[in-house]
Amino acid sequence: MDPLRLSVDVPLRQFALRVELALGREVVALVGPSGAGKTTLLRAIAGLQPARGAISVDGDAWLDSMRGVDLPAEERSVGLVFQDYALFPHLTVRKNVEFGRRGQDGLLERFGLAALADAKPRELSGGERQRVALARALAPDPAVLLLDEPLAALDAHTRGEIRGELQALLREADRPTLVVTHDFEDAATLATRVGVLVEGRLRQLASPAELVASPADPFVASLTGANVLRGRARATSTGLTELELPSGELIRSTDLADGDAAAIVYPWEVTLSRTPPDDSAQNHLAGVVASLVPVGNRVRARVGPVTAEITAESSERLGLRLGDRAVASFKASATKLLRQAL
Amino acid sequence: MKHAFTAAAAAAAVVALTFLVLPVVALFLRVPPGDLLHALGTPAARDALLVSIKTSAIAHAAVLLVGTPAAYAIGRGRFPGRAVVLSLIELPLVLPPVVAGIALLVTFGRLGLLGGALDVLGIQISFTQTAVVLAVAFVESPLYVRGAIASFESVDGALLDAARTLRAGPFRVFARVALPLAAGGLGAASALALARGLGEFGATLLFAGSLQGVTQTLPLAIYAQFEVDFDTALAIGALFVCFGVAVLLALKVVGGWTRSVSLLTSRFVSSPSA
Repeated sequence: MDPLRLSVDVPLRQFALRVELALGREVVALVGPSGAGKTTLLRAIAGLQPARGAISVDGDAWLDSMRGVDLPAEERSVGLVFQDYALFPHLTVRKNVEFGRRGQDGLLERFGLAALADAKPRELSGGERQRVALARALAPDPAVLLLDEPLAALDAHTRGEIRGELQALLREADRPTLVVTHDFEDAATLATRVGVLVEGRLRQLASPAELVASPADPFVASLTGANVLRGRARATSTGLTELELPSGELIRSTDLADGDAAAIVYPWEVTLSRTPPDDSAQNHLAGVVASLVPVGNRVRARVGPVTAEITAESSERLGLRLGDRAVASFKASATKLLRQAL
Repeated sequence: MKHAFTAAAAAAAVVALTFLVLPVVALFLRVPPGDLLHALGTPAARDALLVSIKTSAIAHAAVLLVGTPAAYAIGRGRFPGRAVVLSLIELPLVLPPVVAGIALLVTFGRLGLLGGALDVLGIQISFTQTAVVLAVAFVESPLYVRGAIASFESVDGALLDAARTLRAGPFRVFARVALPLAAGGLGAASALALARGLGEFGATLLFAGSLQGVTQTLPLAIYAQFEVDFDTALAIGALFVCFGVAVLLALKVVGGWTRSVSLLTSRFVSSPSA
């Protein structure tokens, strides 16, 4: 039996949040656009947001609307790391961490906060604040750990490092952990399973690799970083499917589809060249280089409607500049087709 | 054209400042400081000072004790009719204090709403020191409570939620998180309310009378001494100016200066006395 089981229903302004979820001692991430209900779900679990349905932890009912059970937040064994951390500004690091339970020298030590014990939150860096928030949430040894956008408050350049650190700390905490984020990469790094939440419903819940390999719909695909090209599909005599884009360009795929559909291509499946190459790839889209963003040793380049991820070395060799014309190429066998959700 | 307007605005500022400051300065120029101090030693001034300190201290303590949790409940609560409650609290602020005095009289006076019941218990309130305390509390509490509500409203709700998820019950959330974080604003509201209470005139006069040594507070003593001993009246006036300066300095030290002062003054345009 899973330690955390929930089936909650929260009416929101635009839609109703309806989620069923069971967590073992694992990290599950919920990704989705802002306003999808992610934070609301965490607040409902913590008892900070009125909800209907059932939440049980290790067999104890925290919420059971049928039986009239609804524990107040202070009686739920939950650790919540708030977005922007919500550290008490008037208390030192030690007092913050010990707010829920005294005698946390070991925890301060383990989180590398012993030297900062007497500092106030405003004196800390973003990464240090995050560690304080996590240590504070874990101090009372909660049965469930919830994190709301734990990396959103950090600078881009410290984020990668702190993400790795957080991953290790969450693994060590070893309890049902739900992380909310709008960033698929963060979710994939931190969690063993990722749920995609859109307008209050879980569209898909699977391992990060599975979400990339077989997204349930175009939205899930775009969330995992794929290019999504919408158009009308029809079968061709060669056994391939041809998707006609609104621009009139044609994209071929080995998948079968008919009618409104979306072509899914991952940036790392796309190659760039100056002129249309004479290769085995079926799809060549010419366009203007609209953006060039270095990401470590790679460059993400947007050419026409497609984003390509190529090595910095290749980008250098091609001498790509903004405004240049280039051709993006990708194979029909690397092009997935999904029925368009209406 | 631009320059002309800038010059005109600057001139207006000088006129306004002079108009506000000159009378205060005049208060000190009329009689030498030594004589002012001496005038404060007259029985009328001394009695009034004692009555004012005693009644203000009791009234202010009661306002803080009841007003703080009340402001927390209203400031953090979401309940139907909240806007109505906020307006009701502000109502006494826009009433002339004389009206407040009449209102208190028809509530607690011998022939008032609760007068019969109080009479049975052998309690008489009007024209006693208790009446002064009630009058002071009545006029100063809206000022404090409204400021305190604003202070509690400005506390980040996530911090209160964080405390709850860390197993803090309602009282601990209030005492350990809300109260310390609202302290600056509460201090500012408290100082302004205290100043307002000390200066109370109209309500006290109508409800408590002006009996030297019993109900005659400092503002009432100014009025009473006005034709008898002008120097004493002036001296008490100067004392109020000193107290006012101290309150403003305290507000600045508390740090709630820009926020709380602009907030309080913009919301309540009330004269310090009747």
